[in-house]
Amino acid sequence: MHELSVTESILKIVLQSAQENDAEEVTDINLTIGTLSSIIDDSVQFYWDHISKGTIAQNAKLHFNRVLATLKCRDCGLEYKLDEELIPCPACNSINLEIISGEEFQIDHIEIRIKEVEKNETTR
Amino acid sequence: MKQRVEIVKRIMDSNEQLAQQNQGKLDAKNVFAINIMASPGAGKTSFILQTIGRLPEGIRMGVIEGDTAPVTIDSDKIMAVGMPVVQINTGGECHLDANQVGLAIDELELEDIDLLLIENVGNLICPAGFALGQHANIVIASTPEGADKPYKYPNIYRGIDVLIINKTDLLPYIDFDMDYFREGVEMLNPGLKTFAVSCKTGEGFEDWLAWLEEKVNETRA
Repeated sequence: MHELSVTESILKIVLQSAQENDAEEVTDINLTIGTLSSIIDDSVQFYWDHISKGTIAQNAKLHFNRVLATLKCRDCGLEYKLDEELIPCPACNSINLEIISGEEFQIDHIEIRIKEVEKNETTR
Repeated sequence: MKQRVEIVKRIMDSNEQLAQQNQGKLDAKNVFAINIMASPGAGKTSFILQTIGRLPEGIRMGVIEGDTAPVTIDSDKIMAVGMPVVQINTGGECHLDANQVGLAIDELELEDIDLLLIENVGNLICPAGFALGQHANIVIASTPEGADKPYKYPNIYRGIDVLIINKTDLLPYIDFDMDYFREGVEMLNPGLKTFAVSCKTGEGFEDWLAWLEEKVNETRA
């Protein structure tokens, strides 16, 4: 449910950036979302379809770059990714771990169509 | 013409800026603020009431109550014991955010408060992403919820400073695997300060209150 608030933040950042770059349309939005961030893609897409209506970003395609959580064992040094449930180090069973990635939640870049400079009286 | 615009911006940045403003207001008056998160029914309000009842002498407290429905059930209980309280109704939103808490802070007489407890909306997912301006984040986990919660809701255990395990009085009657629970927490948040308490019997509150008193005194000093 908090996806509504975060999707509003995404729209705000995107529109601000689009305006600063003289965009007439936003075509693509690339997001990186870590699996530990508790953000659901489908839910962001659902709210996006509603709240972007009537803006220059309404037809933008959302691209979700999912980052799996990566853990590093502080005892044996093994790095491993979590596909599913949180588990101790698969090599030495230690619970002395460091979470290296998986908590990302950011906009990486957007693609925009820029306003064409008005061409007066093209020669024939 | 198409163009790529690099942004690389954390989506929660605007909330975090507001949270910093809130913390600035609190710091200016030497108020230590705690964001209390938990699932519905874990005992957030009972925990606050027990803390009020046992508050070390000289500590003046205020409370912000967050609820998703337009109710004042919790804030009425706080008011009944004579504490300043501000109710936030989020209107269906599943968490408090820095903007709402900022407005609530403005309604409190910060001069008269040393300790501010902010009771978040009951939810183990959404509140984790929203900084409020707090100095410490606390999760209250209650034993009947089950020992698998750190595995199912890892995010909320990541950014917290203190964990309260509540309803220890029920341990003889339920199958709560304390080792499994603590292992999950340790993997996510190594060395996390943890207090096991019972809001029913008052067991375990001395240690929690000693920690609290130390933090408040550090802030006032």
